[in-house]
Amino acid sequence: MNNDLHPVAIEPERHEFRAAPMHQFELARRDFFKILGAGVAVFAVARETPALQETAPGPRLAPPELPREISSWLHIGEDGGVTVFTGKVEVGQNVRTSLSQSVADELRVPFASVRMVMGDTELTPFDMGTFGSRTTPTMAPQLRRVSAAARELLVGIAAKEWKVPAESLKAADAKVLDPASGRSASYAELARGKTLAQMIPSEDPITPSSEWTVAGKPLPKVDGRAFVTGKHPYTPDLRPAGLYYAKILRPPSFGATLVSCDAGAAKAMPNVAVVRDGNFVGVAAPSERQAERAVAAIRAEWKETPQISDREIFEYIKKNGSAEPDGRHRKQSGSIESGLAEAAHRLEATYTVAYIAHAPLEPRAAVAEWKDGKITVWTGSQRPFAVRAEVAAALHIPESQVRVIVPDTGSAYGGKHTGDAAVEAARLAKAAGRPVKLVWTREEEFTWAYFRPAGVIEVKSGIDAAGRLTAWEFHNYHSGTSAIETPYAVVNQLAEYHSVPLVLRCGSYRGLAATANHFARETHMDELARAANLDPLEFRLRNLTDMRLRAVLEAATRSFGWPQKKTKEGQGFGLAGGFEKGSYVATCAEVFADPKSGKVQVVKLVTAFECGAIVNPNGLRNQVVGANIQGLGGALFEAIEFAGGRIKNPHFSTYRVPRFRDLPRIEAILLDRKDIPSAGAGETPIMAVAPAVGNAIFDATGERRRSMPLAAGA
Amino acid sequence: MAKPIELEVNGRRHSILAEPDTPLLTVLRDELGLTGAKYGCGEGQCGACTVLIGDAARRACITPIASVAGKSITTIEGLERDGQLHPVQQAFLDAEAFQCAYCTTGMIMSSVALLRQNANPNEEEIVHALDGNICRCGTYPRIIEAVQKAARAGGRRGL
Repeated sequence: MNNDLHPVAIEPERHEFRAAPMHQFELARRDFFKILGAGVAVFAVARETPALQETAPGPRLAPPELPREISSWLHIGEDGGVTVFTGKVEVGQNVRTSLSQSVADELRVPFASVRMVMGDTELTPFDMGTFGSRTTPTMAPQLRRVSAAARELLVGIAAKEWKVPAESLKAADAKVLDPASGRSASYAELARGKTLAQMIPSEDPITPSSEWTVAGKPLPKVDGRAFVTGKHPYTPDLRPAGLYYAKILRPPSFGATLVSCDAGAAKAMPNVAVVRDGNFVGVAAPSERQAERAVAAIRAEWKETPQISDREIFEYIKKNGSAEPDGRHRKQSGSIESGLAEAAHRLEATYTVAYIAHAPLEPRAAVAEWKDGKITVWTGSQRPFAVRAEVAAALHIPESQVRVIVPDTGSAYGGKHTGDAAVEAARLAKAAGRPVKLVWTREEEFTWAYFRPAGVIEVKSGIDAAGRLTAWEFHNYHSGTSAIETPYAVVNQLAEYHSVPLVLRCGSYRGLAATANHFARETHMDELARAANLDPLEFRLRNLTDMRLRAVLEAATRSFGWPQKKTKEGQGFGLAGGFEKGSYVATCAEVFADPKSGKVQVVKLVTAFECGAIVNPNGLRNQVVGANIQGLGGALFEAIEFAGGRIKNPHFSTYRVPRFRDLPRIEAILLDRKDIPSAGAGETPIMAVAPAVGNAIFDATGERRRSMPLAAGA
Repeated sequence: MAKPIELEVNGRRHSILAEPDTPLLTVLRDELGLTGAKYGCGEGQCGACTVLIGDAARRACITPIASVAGKSITTIEGLERDGQLHPVQQAFLDAEAFQCAYCTTGMIMSSVALLRQNANPNEEEIVHALDGNICRCGTYPRIIEAVQKAARAGGRRGL
């Protein structure tokens, strides 16, 4: 196929979920052994359909149902080295470590002997992506199953060689042992000269968490030394020979179209490649400075369109919310009308959340290189296979000609689902005939990525004289559906999601709508408790039947010392809790609202978190504390400002993220439930921060704040 | 106009042909292959690019190379000695004071500068010295712990 014949249409307002996933298993087993050498291999067949990412607003194609397919594989080489292949990626959530622990545990090998190959579309099996807190609940058990099968395979080889029943043998410490005779053989010895492969179904039993030996331990992060020495190569650190640097000419505002473009001066510069392709204009040059100069020399005229601004966004959302709620996310029981009629106290309130940015410290970046008609793209992404599809579609080439590799990435928080930088770098690499690197500037990152959606949430409720909920009506406009249903027991309830046409490009975010929905719900619960003159904890417990939620609320409040007596003016205490994606959280907050200046300072946060059996308490603590600190930003001051299709605060100097000076005292209580399968932990711990802080501000000042961020402009 | 400029990086001298206002970060990463200092914002707001000029922490992304000609520049690559980690690197590793770790090298360089100036900083002093470094993953409490660990170790081993 001659790609030069096809103009490339690149669509800057592409929505992250538009690309339908493709399912391929390209590597034949014989090729597999050719690449890795002889040994023993086990392939897992995934039975369950991976849970889809929650619905974000905007157009999407429903992904087709996933066929049965290979979801992971594992190889034990002739040297005893264990290599595990998974399409999941490491973005700071520490799954390279936690998944290695699960493998070592199940295979009975030392932790250090496990090597994970992750997020490489040529080497790893198809994966929908690393999102939705799904790695721990789905990939860890799958890897355990392949590990268990590999272990049994090795035991079988030994049993055959020693002519004893397999049941009489034991596997431990990378060896198969025969307790009766005292014989033993290492996995390396048993794998030698073999090219044995086995396919396993996903139902095979695995070691219960009560018997874990490697998992459950606070093991240090894999490759930690490479991070403290600066040796780990993130995507922007890659420097293939002959590299060119890319810059993109960005439109002045969202939705602007290119009317005319004079790139003559840029093209006249030595060694500069210029591409104009539809609305896309970009350059590649031997140095970043040359690329900057070339792009600055392009004269372009754009046609802009009027846009909604941040001043009118909530009015717009409310006015444009679909009257017909999204049927998939509607829950109704009983009658709101009769519930309200029997209530002793009734309350109606509206809550809003602003657009916020992920602001990963590693901006979107990609290195693209064409070789022998194939393109390889290195990029920090949560969805390497979706990026492969995007690159193939944008360049009109088959996916078999695209390889996407994800180096362990400088964070994502739900923000790296799309392949924008990858597509741009790939297009320019084609024109330049060389490898091309594109690293988005911080301003591009704040402007041309996507945001956590803004939203309006309306709540109407009633409680009886005993402080029990009689009615609960909840409408979410635009921000999303996750955690839209109340965890409190109430017969008469209605929860609806109303979609709204996109204003700013939106997508996933750590916790996404669960943060907004918990903010509205847990703030409202606080308002109800006050109306009924009940302690906020007592009020929640009265309306709770979920014992796991009760447990985290009790753990957090016990450690916090709830209820606390105020010792000075301006002091306030608040709490909030909830559950999402299989895990439970409760947060208590102490704030100080300066009576003179009105300035709010979060003094202390105590968060209790429970996600079933803990795989790595060290990594989990990092995630829980980190989520609390990140959550403070969205709670207190983070908000994207925009007007006329422009982002007005696309810099760290104007978009404030939490810094050292914002640090409260933080305590994280991790409840380990060995009897419950492990859930993911990347998102849920962020959810209760904002309502707990808001409720504490009310306690301190008597002023109810119903908009996130709570202390905008502070 | 490009001019030859003498740089001394991690004890080695380099003659660089570049325009005098080229950011030091660009030269370190693209010319010298020292990619431990990261691009995070290009405006001196996040600290991911922090290096030492003499003993002081500086943002390489807004430091023109002409301003550091002939001065002693230390990057993260210059901290390790004979395969042994610097006490601050060791402390960050021991405290696991990172998640995605993209900010880590900048945090370590800022911490080294602080400890050279103040061998035993209290928490308030650490917060003040590191406030220009962003960790978006929110690992701040462990970073403070790591700096305190390094301060204790540094007294024995020298920073």
